[in-house]
Amino acid sequence: MFLSQTDKHLSLWLRLCTLISATILALIIMFLLAESWPLLKHGVLTQFISDESWHPAQRLYNILPMLSATLLSTLGALTLATPLGIASAMFNRYYAPSFLASGYRRIIELMAGIPSVVYGLWGLTTLAPVINLWHPPGVSLLCAILVLAMMILPTIALTADSALGAIPVVFHQTAAALALSRWGTIRHVLLPLAKSSIGAGIMLATGRAIGETMAVLMVAGNVVQQPDSLFDSVRTLTANIALEMAYAMGDHRAALFVSGLALMLMIILLAGLAEINKRSS
Amino acid sequence: MKSLLIEPDRHPKDHPGQERSYTLGPLQAGPPCCDPQTLLSIKNLSLSYGSTPALKNVSLDIYQGCITALIGPSGCGKTSFLSALNRLTDMIPTCNVSGDIHFHGINIHDPKQDVLNLRRNIGMIFQKPLPFPVSIRRNIELPLREHGIDNPTESDAIVQQVLSDVGLWAEVKDRLNAPAQALSGGQQQRLCIARALALKPQVLLMDEPCSALDPISSAVVEDLIQRLRGRYTIVIVTHNLAQAKRIANYAGFFWVSDRAGCLIEFGQCKQIFESPQHELTAAYVNGSRG
Amino acid sequence: MLKNRLATLLIWLSVILISAVFVVLVLDLVRHGWAELSLAYLVDAPLDAGRGGGIGPIMVSTGLILALTISVAAPLSLATAVFLTEFSSKNSVFSGIIKRSLDVLASVPSIVFGLFGNAFFCVYLGLGFSILSGGLTLACMVLPILIRTFSEGLRAAPDEYRLAAAALGLNRAAALRHFLLPTATPALIAGLMLAIGRAIAETAALIFTSGYVDRMPDSLMDSGRALSIHIYDLSMNVAGGDSHANSAALILISLLFMINTLSSKLAYHWMHKRITCL
Ligand SMILES: Nc1ncnc2c1ncn2[C@@H]1O[C@H](COP(=O)(O)OP(=O)(O)OP(=O)(O)O)[C@@H](O)[C@H]1O
Ligand SMILES: [Mg+2]
Repeated sequence: MFLSQTDKHLSLWLRLCTLISATILALIIMFLLAESWPLLKHGVLTQFISDESWHPAQRLYNILPMLSATLLSTLGALTLATPLGIASAMFNRYYAPSFLASGYRRIIELMAGIPSVVYGLWGLTTLAPVINLWHPPGVSLLCAILVLAMMILPTIALTADSALGAIPVVFHQTAAALALSRWGTIRHVLLPLAKSSIGAGIMLATGRAIGETMAVLMVAGNVVQQPDSLFDSVRTLTANIALEMAYAMGDHRAALFVSGLALMLMIILLAGLAEINKRSS
Repeated sequence: MKSLLIEPDRHPKDHPGQERSYTLGPLQAGPPCCDPQTLLSIKNLSLSYGSTPALKNVSLDIYQGCITALIGPSGCGKTSFLSALNRLTDMIPTCNVSGDIHFHGINIHDPKQDVLNLRRNIGMIFQKPLPFPVSIRRNIELPLREHGIDNPTESDAIVQQVLSDVGLWAEVKDRLNAPAQALSGGQQQRLCIARALALKPQVLLMDEPCSALDPISSAVVEDLIQRLRGRYTIVIVTHNLAQAKRIANYAGFFWVSDRAGCLIEFGQCKQIFESPQHELTAAYVNGSRG
Repeated sequence: MLKNRLATLLIWLSVILISAVFVVLVLDLVRHGWAELSLAYLVDAPLDAGRGGGIGPIMVSTGLILALTISVAAPLSLATAVFLTEFSSKNSVFSGIIKRSLDVLASVPSIVFGLFGNAFFCVYLGLGFSILSGGLTLACMVLPILIRTFSEGLRAAPDEYRLAAAALGLNRAAALRHFLLPTATPALIAGLMLAIGRAIAETAALIFTSGYVDRMPDSLMDSGRALSIHIYDLSMNVAGGDSHANSAALILISLLFMINTLSSKLAYHWMHKRITCL
């Protein structure tokens, strides 16, 4: 590649800035490791799942209850948000009259823009009291699932919407020429074509749900326990960090950074899955 | 540049027989074509994209002040050949060029060669008119400014002069600040030529400059190219054989053999079209192949 | 046929459900937050841990954090985006690694950014709980968003401009300044607005970096409470803070809505201006 003298100088500066941008991820992982080191250096990773409970004062650091709360709430939110999100996208593309489609898309975009702390506030002041009437205490796994589902629904809906929009018109025409019904066309022609992009959107949403902090912190009740039912209060990994960082010292602080590492690990795993999904399509 | 300055209302008198819907400034005559001097000499030029060859062993000379037409079927490497002459191929990372190209006797691949200066001396016109998304005036001013001409009076004079040269001045003088993309295709192409002329190049490479235009605009541009003869050395790629015949002094015929383009025949235009030496050339110019 | 009808019915039901939830959410916020809203609320200092007074200092802190975030992240992102799109070939190993790392960075949870910001900026660099730490942490967070939108904007500029500029003997710097960056401007603005939106909505990354203090900050080294943290604190830690939390939430949402609208208007306006007047 030919570069003039001016361009060479510019290129050097740009390369430097690029290096700085790229270092941030490395720095994050480095600092998570460094801060976790006081606990990791003993080499007994099993302690985080075999300790009796999470009692930092007694040096007991079992993160399993929090881990399962994170996974359960994510799973629940996905179960709700995936069909609803895909239905939203199908509505926009194939069912809605055009004036409704643009209005509804705007609603979804606005929902995507609402900050998590506002979802949390609404869940705490409106949703939790309603659940409380049905089955106390209200702030619970169920409440967390509902709020999380609302938060990740726009991600799924918007990616599915653009995936469906990217399907070439010929497929509609071919399906129409075969006299397939609207649902038949969607189910057997269009959805399979958009499958991998929709999958990518779902993975993106999964990442958001796993990493979400404020909303679940406000509505899940924050009791460290293995939930027996949807109405039990739970505490997720992220909420635990947010709650205890303020006063954690020494090994306790290290244990919180270990849960940060666990979160990072899940995110990197998801990124790997997304990569595989992308390659295979 | 000053010596070429003209008053816009003078030129119809200078070219009494050529009053058209557009105006064209008088152009200075260059060295005559009948005494050919080599300006660009290309020896054994080979070019490939990655590992697929596009051109093999092309050797020819481009003569100063003349119009050289390159003809040949699609995909035989004419565009690639033109891009190699001003090292626009540097912009394509996969493209490898080997062989020698001398401009005024100096190797253009010399590491000391100032490529920006080379490109300034060897201008290029693309098939699709490519005005920048700015005003008509800025399209010409920007390159001037980058090459150190930022005095407004001087650059205004150049803008007026080159627009007159391409016969666009009368049409656009009242809307120099209008967006260039609002011009018609033919006007856009002439603007692109004017933009290239503003840098006072010695060579103009034209890659099918008329093929995106309607017949009338195409005739206007062709006329313009005729008038540029002498002052500029022109290498033009065209699929329009009649056009090549009309305007060129020299012609080169490219063909694909062994999946790479090569130069089959090069010579005086008249000779190529009327007594081609090679049977492929004969077949192509007579329209039975390609 | 039955399946077809059923599908239509289910899809309409889902859409009605989602719209209803959205409307209820917005109405709730307006209903609970409306009463406290006034001009004085925007400028006054909070009283009694936020149960009374306004959010003046909080708005100032939020603005400072945002300004810092953008002024650090935007130049860095622009440089990176320009390098990736204009100065490196598509399949070079170096840029491949960088793109991967930015993709992962984009999905790092905000609480992890909080942990990192606390360990790196507050403790390691000794900046303490301060607006500076918070702003820098958010800058790391919005960096991948900015780089992605900026690169997309630059890539949307047609390759022909690059060729035409080179054919006129312009260097890459000139092509960037005169054609590529102006063409990409709407995308640059959209990216900036997206980043501002992300930053202003962020809570978790700020709790342990910029802190809770709700006084008017004297300098960037002071701790300052962002609007989103104020909402969180009022609803979780202050008994009787709900109505003020709702007012603050209403303001936060209106700000986001304004940014959103402004960005599409600005992008549109710019596009016109660029073509007609430049
Ligand atoms: N950027 C590129 N990357 C890879 N291959 C290319 C590239 N540009 C051209 N080629 C290949 O090089 C060969 C020559 O192309 P070129 O554009 O020079 O032909 P051409 O004679 O100008 O054709 P046309 O008359 O259609 O314009 C073709 O086979 C083409 O596919
Ligand atoms: Mg070509």
